[in-house]
Amino acid sequence: MIENRPLSTFFAHLILCVGAAMVALPLYVTFVASTLTPEQVLQSPMPMLPGSEMVENYKKVLFEGGAGQTAQVGKMMVNSLITALVIAIGKIVISMLSAFAIVYFRFPGRTLAFWLIFVTLMLPVEVRILPTYQVISDLKLLDSYYGLTVPLIASATATFLFRQFFLTVPDELVEAAKIDGAGPMRFFKDVLLPLSKTNIAALFVILFIYGWNQYLWPLLITTQESMYTVVIGIKRMISGGDAGTEWNLVMATAMLALMPPVLVVVLMQKWFVKGLVDSEK
Amino acid sequence: MEKRVVFDSKLLPYLLIAPQLVITGVFFFWPAGQALYQSFLEQDAFGNSVTFVGLKNFIALLHDETYLESFKTTAIFSVAVAVLGLSLSLFLATQADRVIKGSRWYRTVLIAPYAVAPAIVGVLWMFLLSPSLGLLTHALAAVGIEWDHNMNQTQGLLLVIVAAVWKQISYNFIFFLAGLQSIPKSLIEAASIDGAGRTRRFWDIIFPLLTPTTFFLFVVNMVYAFFDTFAIIDASTKGGPGRATEILVYKVYHDGFKGLDLGASAAQSVVLMVIVIALTFLQFRYVERKVQY
Repeated sequence: MIENRPLSTFFAHLILCVGAAMVALPLYVTFVASTLTPEQVLQSPMPMLPGSEMVENYKKVLFEGGAGQTAQVGKMMVNSLITALVIAIGKIVISMLSAFAIVYFRFPGRTLAFWLIFVTLMLPVEVRILPTYQVISDLKLLDSYYGLTVPLIASATATFLFRQFFLTVPDELVEAAKIDGAGPMRFFKDVLLPLSKTNIAALFVILFIYGWNQYLWPLLITTQESMYTVVIGIKRMISGGDAGTEWNLVMATAMLALMPPVLVVVLMQKWFVKGLVDSEK
Repeated sequence: MEKRVVFDSKLLPYLLIAPQLVITGVFFFWPAGQALYQSFLEQDAFGNSVTFVGLKNFIALLHDETYLESFKTTAIFSVAVAVLGLSLSLFLATQADRVIKGSRWYRTVLIAPYAVAPAIVGVLWMFLLSPSLGLLTHALAAVGIEWDHNMNQTQGLLLVIVAAVWKQISYNFIFFLAGLQSIPKSLIEAASIDGAGRTRRFWDIIFPLLTPTTFFLFVVNMVYAFFDTFAIIDASTKGGPGRATEILVYKVYHDGFKGLDLGASAAQSVVLMVIVIALTFLQFRYVERKVQY
C-alpha cells in the first residue's frame, strides 16, 4: 500500500463490485430463468428472482430430455465428462512421455520431432476443419468416443510445458538414479512423476475445461443424439428459433453445462491460475 | 538449454514419442497437407472430376467481394474485442491490485467466465439481448434504444463483440493482475515521494512496465478473436444478419460444410494458416525480446 486513502479504496471496491456484478449478470439471469415456468420466462421483463420450478425443470432435462429433444441431458453430461477426461488425461500422458523423450535422450531425428510438434502449436482445429473431418470419416470414427477425443489429444502446449519443467530438474537426480541402477522408466516413475504433480494438476484444470467446452469438433462428428455432448445439446435445442424454444429448459441445460467447468475453476483456483500462466510461457 | 546427463537407449525414445507423433501426423499433418493440396484443385458441382487449377482459387478469393468483406469484419471484430477486453480488464485489475480485503471474492467472480463454453456464452448473451424477451433489450428500450440484432447489422456485430469480450475478461484480468503484482513497490513509492499522483504514476511507470504483458495479451486476444470465437458466433448470430458477423473462420466453415465448395474453403484455410503462423511468429519473436525492460 503506497498511500492510505480510505475514499479511493472505497471507490476501488465500488468499481470492482460493479465489474463483478456485470460479469456475473448473465450467469445469474441464466440461473433465474432455469427456475421459472415457460410463461414466466416469456414475460417482458422476466422476473429477477428465482421461481419455484427449479427441481422440476432440472429433473425434466436431466432424465426426460426437453425443449423438443428426446435425448436426456444426463446422458450428454456423461458424454461431456468422458470427452473432457479422456482429452485431459490423454494429453497429459502423451505429452509427458514425448517431453521425457526429447529432454532425456539423444536420438537421431530428435530435433525434427521437436519441430514437428512445435508446428502444431500454430494451427487450431478451426483452420483445418474440413480436411480433418474427411480424415475422421475415412477412418470411420464419426459418432464415436475415439473420434470425439483422439484428434484433440495431440498438444504442443502441454509438451512444451513439461519440457520446460524437465529442463529445470537438477541433473544430479539423473546421476543419482543412474548410480543406483535405475533405468529411464524407473526414473520417470519414481522421480519425474512425483516432481511434476503440481504441473499435472494445473494442466489438468485447463485441459478439462478445454475438453468439456469443445464445440466445433463434436458438432461436426456427432450426428446421433446419443453421442451429443451437453454443449452441442444446447445448440440443437435453440435451433428452432425464438418462438418454439422452451427457454427455461434451455437455461437449465446451460446451467448444467457450465457448472462443472466453473466449479473446477473456482474450487481449484490456485492450480487454474498457475496452469494458465505456465502454459503461456 | 540441454541436459548434460542423458539416458542411453536406442529404441525407448522412439516408443515414448511415437503416440504424440502418430496423432500429430494423422490428425494434423495429413489434414493440413490435404488443405494445401485441395486449395490448388477445383471440383465440379457433383464431385466427379477434379482438376488442378494452380492459384486460381486464391485469385478468385481476392476478387470475391464477400471474402474481402469478411476480412474487414474480422479486422473490426478482433481489434474491438482486443482493445475493449484489454482496457476493461486492465482497469479492473488496477482496482483489484489496490484493495486488500475481499480481493479473493472479486477474483473468483471475475475468473468464472473463462470456464463457460464459448457456445454457451453465445446463447446467454443472445438470451439477454433477445429482441422479444431479453432482459437487457427491455432495459435498453427504457432508455430509448431499440435493439434487434437479427435485423440491425451493427447490433449483430456488437452482440458478438460483447459476448466475446465478456468471456475473455477473465484471462486478461489474471495476466494483468499478475503483471501488476510483479512491479516492484519501491518504484511506485519513489514516484510517490517525488510527488507523482495516481494518474501520473499509472501512465509514467505502471503502464510502461506492463508493456510486455499488454503486448502478449494483445496477440493472444487477436488469436482468440480470430479462431476461438467461432462457437460464440455460430450459437448466436450464425454470421448474420446479412454477413455482418461472418468472420474468416466462420466463412471457412460455412463455405466448406454448407456451401460444399472445397477448393475455396481449402484456399481460405491456407490463408488462415498463414495468418496464424504470422501471429505466432510475432508472439515468439517480439514478446520475448523487443518489449523487455
